[in-house]
Amino acid sequence: MHGFLGAAELDALRLSLTVAGLSVLCSLPAAIVVAWLLTRAHFPGRMLFDAFVHLPLVLPPVAVGYVLLVLFGTRGPFGHWLYVRFGVELAFSAKGAALATAVMTFPLMVRAVRISLDNVDRGLEAAARTLGAGAMDRFATITLPLMLPGILAGAVMAFAAGLGEFGAVITFVANIPGQTRTLPLALYTAIQSPSGDALAARLAVISFTLGLAGLLAAEWLARRVRRWLGR
Amino acid sequence: MLSVNVAKRRGAFALEVAFEAPTPGIVALFGRSGCGKTTVVEILAGLLAPDAGAVRLDDVVLVDTVARRSLPAERRRIGYVFQDARLFPHLDVRGNLRYGQKRAPAPPHAIGFDEVTDLLGLAPLLARRPYTLSGGERQRVALGRALLSQPRLLLLDEPLASLDAQRRAEILPYLEALRDRLSIPIVYVSHQFDEVMRLATHVVLMESGRVLAAGGIHEVSVAPELNAIVGADAVGAVLEGVITAVDVPGGLAQLQLGRGTLLVSAADARVGARARVQLLARDLILATHPAHGLSVRNSIAGVVQVIRNDVHEAQLVTVDIGGASVLARVTRDAVAALALSAGSPVWVLVKAVSMRSHTL
Repeated sequence: MHGFLGAAELDALRLSLTVAGLSVLCSLPAAIVVAWLLTRAHFPGRMLFDAFVHLPLVLPPVAVGYVLLVLFGTRGPFGHWLYVRFGVELAFSAKGAALATAVMTFPLMVRAVRISLDNVDRGLEAAARTLGAGAMDRFATITLPLMLPGILAGAVMAFAAGLGEFGAVITFVANIPGQTRTLPLALYTAIQSPSGDALAARLAVISFTLGLAGLLAAEWLARRVRRWLGR
Repeated sequence: MLSVNVAKRRGAFALEVAFEAPTPGIVALFGRSGCGKTTVVEILAGLLAPDAGAVRLDDVVLVDTVARRSLPAERRRIGYVFQDARLFPHLDVRGNLRYGQKRAPAPPHAIGFDEVTDLLGLAPLLARRPYTLSGGERQRVALGRALLSQPRLLLLDEPLASLDAQRRAEILPYLEALRDRLSIPIVYVSHQFDEVMRLATHVVLMESGRVLAAGGIHEVSVAPELNAIVGADAVGAVLEGVITAVDVPGGLAQLQLGRGTLLVSAADARVGARARVQLLARDLILATHPAHGLSVRNSIAGVVQVIRNDVHEAQLVTVDIGGASVLARVTRDAVAALALSAGSPVWVLVKAVSMRSHTL
């Protein structure tokens, strides 16, 4: 393996996996809450909220990265607060890359979770209610397990997409080897360098392989869980 | 006592229903599809709020719009067996059964897990997943799940509607066992009169969101309003009595009804058991003299109460046979020829083999 994957590639791969994993972990609970609000709750400004959630799909990623830099940079309102309060520094770190990735993949995740919530039979929730289950109890024991196929598929999909997030990441946390240089950033750097052709090709192959594996895994998981639910 | 008095508007459909029924016992909500039976049941369960009105079960106020009180569905302790079973697909049969039991008030429970699995024959199914079960098995599990939630009222919304005749026959005995062994009041929704006749102690006859008639099974079975709902061929008095003699070789049982007795065909009758029988109006013959030289086995003396016009130029004669009434459909000609009118003494003739009794 060492012949094919050098230290730079391994660094980028490891970092991409960490960043994508962290971003999925952080955005999944939020995505479930937002999907629930968009599907089940009625409140003024719901359409605006819906549009806002989907904004990263249509915005230039660089613009998202810029907003993050303004808000979560060391001197930004949230960034400063996080640093003073918890000593967490997002700018120019892997954590920041995870945040940028989470924001960019959020609409994807919300979409998958929302479809799965739409497919949950409300009649089963009513049945649980007559059996004495209150709102939170019902959600935890009936709704959430039945949403599992969509949640898992959404998470795997967001993870695979997160491996390749470029624009928002490079804008928010720059391109620091070993710190924020994920796969696409390493690939971009290799293409820019005169002697980087071979490295670029290898990184591209890795990206393709991971993307394909992610999509297949999402589909396979969804099927498995659906079969487990007897559908 | 279950006391219901509610109004609910849903689009163009307006429901306005009031009735009282004794508890424990089986109240049948009976009427055609779309008459509002399920809406009533959903209001009882607390899944639907009435626009106005109140529901009381014994001394518990379930909902009262004037007092602005409504017990949330999850705190009502009302078991609901839905038409489509609604088993949780991610749990096995055991998990489904335990779901309500775990959330029931603290033990000791009135209804135990083993008792329910025995009563409903669920033991072989416990490890199975809902999607592997047949329609009849699903309904049995749903019934068990509702029972284990220790309900103070059980709602059965056409639990047999999605089943074929064979499955239906497989579940009915379980429902009868339920009625006889547990003293939980039951509201049973049905559009099949034979089910109502076998199970119900009290009937609420509904049409287009209103109550047409309500009362004991016998009272409703002779109510003129029933005719339009069940069709002329199914009309007939439902009578209840005690079996006083059984003639096993002949396959006949003697049923004591008020003052008179009736010979009925009954395969599983026991002396001393209560049994119910329906005398279809189209099967009865009226005579002005006791029968001689006829194959008819039953001849009951009575007095004509009312004569009403019925379908196809026929007339429906209500005859008081002492403590109960029966309905006989006879032609207009026959009424004239026998000079029948209110107060005329008559003999009601009915073939033993035309009646099936159901042991209670």
